[in-house]
Amino acid sequence: MTNSNLINFSLKQFGDMLQSKKISSVELTQTFLTRITQYNPNINAYIALDEAKTLAQAKAADTRIAAGNAAPLTGIPIAQKDIFCAKGWQTTCGSKMLANFIAPYDAHVISQFDAAGAVNLGKTNMDEFAMGSSNETSYFGSVKNPWSFDRVPGGSSGGSAAAVAARLCAAATGTDTGGSIRQPASLCGLTGLKPTYGVVSRFGMIAFASSLDQAGPMAKNAEDCALMMNVMAGFDERDSTSLNREKEDYTRDLNKPLQGLKIGLPKEFFADGLDANVGKVIESAIAEYKKLGAEIVEISLPNTGLSIPVYYVLAPAEASSNLSRYDGVRYGHRTAEYTDLMDMYCKSRAEGFGAEVKRRILIGTYVLSAGYYDAYYLKAQQIRRLIAQDFVEAFKQCDVIMGPAAPSTAFKAGEKVDDPVAMYLQDIYTISTNLAGLPGMSVPAGFAQSDDKKLLPVGLQIIGNYFDEARMLNVAHQYQQATDWHTQAPNLNTSEGIA
Amino acid sequence: MALSIEDIKKVAHLARIEISDADANSTLSKLTGILGLIEQMQAVDTVGIEPMSHSQDLSQRLRDDVVTKTNLREEFQKNAPTLGNGSAKQAVAGGLYLVPKVIE
Repeated sequence: MTNSNLINFSLKQFGDMLQSKKISSVELTQTFLTRITQYNPNINAYIALDEAKTLAQAKAADTRIAAGNAAPLTGIPIAQKDIFCAKGWQTTCGSKMLANFIAPYDAHVISQFDAAGAVNLGKTNMDEFAMGSSNETSYFGSVKNPWSFDRVPGGSSGGSAAAVAARLCAAATGTDTGGSIRQPASLCGLTGLKPTYGVVSRFGMIAFASSLDQAGPMAKNAEDCALMMNVMAGFDERDSTSLNREKEDYTRDLNKPLQGLKIGLPKEFFADGLDANVGKVIESAIAEYKKLGAEIVEISLPNTGLSIPVYYVLAPAEASSNLSRYDGVRYGHRTAEYTDLMDMYCKSRAEGFGAEVKRRILIGTYVLSAGYYDAYYLKAQQIRRLIAQDFVEAFKQCDVIMGPAAPSTAFKAGEKVDDPVAMYLQDIYTISTNLAGLPGMSVPAGFAQSDDKKLLPVGLQIIGNYFDEARMLNVAHQYQQATDWHTQAPNLNTSEGIA
Repeated sequence: MALSIEDIKKVAHLARIEISDADANSTLSKLTGILGLIEQMQAVDTVGIEPMSHSQDLSQRLRDDVVTKTNLREEFQKNAPTLGNGSAKQAVAGGLYLVPKVIE
């Protein structure tokens, strides 16, 4: 294969190449594996690779294509966030606790990709148990932002974001509890979608905060995300919160014109705390939408500021319960020396969990402990309803909501690692949609200059009403027909941004 | 409300996480910052507002009472941890998991 532009192809282009036999899945997969060998030791986007398993899947895909049974993603190498159990694969969730865990079964998302004939390229790095916004809490080391190696890729799906940005995979999966798809997509210049809660099954996806966790695609463009959604979404009776809805074709509305689209701009998303250069990029994206025929409506989401305090009660509370299963008895880390059962529990958990995970378990245990339940947990659930109602009111006036996905471009590694509150503020624009259960996207909208004169990617956030993913993908796709921000790729040999 | 070192140690015990005095001290300052953030909620009037536990107000689905899962015990036990206390063996025997004696 001589086409040097191959790695930048869309999923549709890869599919066309494979099905017209211009390239085999084994060749395409090998192309990415070679790039991983070359660049991953520096970027650290992958936790686990298994060439034999990956190439066996590619071979099977070639057989399927030859038999004329190919589906749109058959033979395409996809990276899977290490939060998804994949049978026979090391599945760690970025934690020492699960460093030796080999998944005995497939997550629903993994079996959906398998059924589609996609190739599992490897398991991507992530913040430990998806708790973080910089990928610096991973037991397997931090991940470098491919646009600038001194910066973080965002988190918690930082490995997936870096892998897509560096073209170390065709596309990747992520999960988003408070912004973990959209914030890294913004910081790495990708298109990422967190679907409506309940659209993608959580079966086999290691739990963080079960009422907020939702998986979604991270890819180069909106059309790729739509093709991934066609594979990922759907009812699964093994997840008690999976919604029993008819299968959708998420590509169906991609080509609709945007004439008359009503875009709501929440004033709270453009207030203090937003980097001025990021704000300018978002404004020019909005101007582009006006050119495409959209109307702008000023709206208000008055409880946006409360989303962070509410989240840091509810998510740790759910996490403290979910992570109580790691006790060193049946799987996971067990301490080497112990006197009795209590000692074994306490030491195994102290050694197996990292500092941020322990902090969140302690916060969650505290807010749920006797005497504090009403003041914290119940209060947070009441404000959660106020936040959700803000969106109900807003969607009476507009079709989609737009704003920044993150308050700044990628920040430097180490900059916020000792200040959890500053790190938590990274998710100020994304958390409210998780609390409400709404779908949200981040779409590349340009580049903003950092203090040290680097040009770094900025993501435009698109928030839709419940089950409005097809419309959001249409809104993103039309923008991507008029602009080329989503086609920009970092130069890995300089990593100095595009300045 | 101010947290104390004793609070941290009590919560750590409830969470079954061993914590040294030095770690309890550094945890105290970080958790105090996080609780300060959370305190913003107390200014909001929430009288009469129904708590929202979930984004979709759905009732629990029911299914027929039939066997749906196959026995994967041997598969699962491959992931059992090392016994510890000087033994490098896996903490399983006869299909059971081994833990320190609980009942005297």
